Amino acid sequence: MSPTAVLKNIDFPDLNQVPLVDEVGVHERAARFQARSIKKSSKIEALRSVLSMIDLTTLEGQDTPGKVRQLCQKALHLHNALPDLPNVAAVCVYPTMVGVAREVLGDSPIKVASVATAFPSGMTPRQVKLEETRIAVAEGADEIDMVISRGAFLQGDHHFVFDEIAEIKTACGKAHLKVILETGELGTLDQVRRASMLAMHAGADFIKTSTGKIKPAATLPVTLVMLHAIRDYYYQVDRMVGMKPAGGISNSKLAIHYLIMLQETLGTSWMTSEWFRFGASSLANDVLMQLQKQASGVYQSADYFSRD
Amino acid sequence: MTMVGPHSRVPVAKTYKIYIDGKFPRTESGRYFPLKDVDDQVVANLCRSSRKDFRNAVVSARKAFPNWSSASAYLRGQILYRIAEMLEGRRDQFISELVLQGLSKRRARKEVEASIDRLIYFAGWSDKYQQVFSAVNPVNSSHFNFSVLEPTGVVSILAPTGSGLLGLISNIAPVIVGGNTSVILASESMPLCSVSFAEVLHASDVPAGVVNILTGFREELTEQFATHMDVNAIIFSDDDGGVAKTIESLAANNIKRVIPRNAIDWSSEKNQNPYLIRDTQETKTTWHPIGN
Repeated sequence: MSPTAVLKNIDFPDLNQVPLVDEVGVHERAARFQARSIKKSSKIEALRSVLSMIDLTTLEGQDTPGKVRQLCQKALHLHNALPDLPNVAAVCVYPTMVGVAREVLGDSPIKVASVATAFPSGMTPRQVKLEETRIAVAEGADEIDMVISRGAFLQGDHHFVFDEIAEIKTACGKAHLKVILETGELGTLDQVRRASMLAMHAGADFIKTSTGKIKPAATLPVTLVMLHAIRDYYYQVDRMVGMKPAGGISNSKLAIHYLIMLQETLGTSWMTSEWFRFGASSLANDVLMQLQKQASGVYQSADYFSRD
Repeated sequence: MTMVGPHSRVPVAKTYKIYIDGKFPRTESGRYFPLKDVDDQVVANLCRSSRKDFRNAVVSARKAFPNWSSASAYLRGQILYRIAEMLEGRRDQFISELVLQGLSKRRARKEVEASIDRLIYFAGWSDKYQQVFSAVNPVNSSHFNFSVLEPTGVVSILAPTGSGLLGLISNIAPVIVGGNTSVILASESMPLCSVSFAEVLHASDVPAGVVNILTGFREELTEQFATHMDVNAIIFSDDDGGVAKTIESLAANNIKRVIPRNAIDWSSEKNQNPYLIRDTQETKTTWHPIGN
């Protein structure tokens, strides 16, 4: 079922029905995913999948149009020495840089994602957030990464958060909406699971762990809890929601562990860039270096890959 | 309950581990090899490092390079001197380890003392080699032209087989005093001192990653030491005729510096000189325009 079709019958979830998280169990389960042995051919496939799921990201106050153009060029030419590489999924930038990214990426399959709603804090009035979202979409963003109002959520004002997400979703129009929970500020895994449910019921196409500005950012246990929430929601409403861990995933090995977790929690249907993304900047180079290593048999150096 | 007398204590044997990124892990491969003494008794089990251990060590060395290479010459000298101080305090341990590996007590003592002195020697060169090897060059144009040395980067070292401590130190010291970081494969037949020396480094304010020490089989790891694209120079010894050729051709991949150090008697003071530092330095020449 397409996301927009469902939105007509959105309703506020009963958060008391959200099951409590067995924290010890989650950590043990997450640790198990890191103990798999992966053979060479699987590893190469996994690396290519990881690459295709990356949202190449630059979200710095010092970003300039030049820096964004450079990042987009990198997305278009990941490593020309390796032919037949998959594309990264998207380039993720601030709203003021959407136009620049759109211009460089043109009609390539690489999407433009923009953060919005006063990223990363989310501390502005709703009208401003809505306007920011509309501007980003008008500039050419295919995807919007919004942050939830963590203060309101932690205060227990779940309706405020729900309404906000729903309104932003409407403002997005055709653009996909990713909802950043900023799990590092939510405190407990129970809260993460409730926030995930809230976001999905309010119309999120993706739920995303973190802005990358707060530590801890994405971790395997937090992502696992969110994947469980996505599974619950799918069984309840029959709508697939995507997952995007972001922040702190900088090496291929860890990224592959995420894919194993995804496969064993949600299954093969979610194993594409349509339903799973990595928010990262330095991960892409590490994946490229591993792929080059598999091709040449020699361990690589960052000197021979483009700068992030 | 049995009474245990004061002299029937169970001895605590040391676990010899490898040294990566300022930590003492076991090899990720879980493999080991036994080291035997002259009477064919097993003295210790040592880690048989894998190529992944080497890869991890290179990552650590690369990470440590920016800070170590930009540390002041004075600081690097101080730290080398500190290593010597720490080694001095553990002379007896090193002497008995060398004896375990077949040296006479007298030779062992001489080797440990020479090792300490060698560290002092290179500590002294820390703020002097630059002046000796740098130059202002005469050029036929309106330029101020000068050349200075810069460390080459990450250096992999296949340590000499026959000299378990002195050979190791004589190769590490000139590399790190010049601002490089390093990954070392210890002598296969005399590896004990290398692990204990890592403990000395650990207690001497040497930043994590500047020196990484692996134990294992040279035949297995030489190719990795020579091919890794993030290694800028390789030092090797004990060439049996074929190894040099292999290393030279593999190193050509990223144009590593290849530095053979064969048949060098490390116990001789004639073989300590600042050219060992220059071996892993690059020369940077600057043309600076000047008015007539």
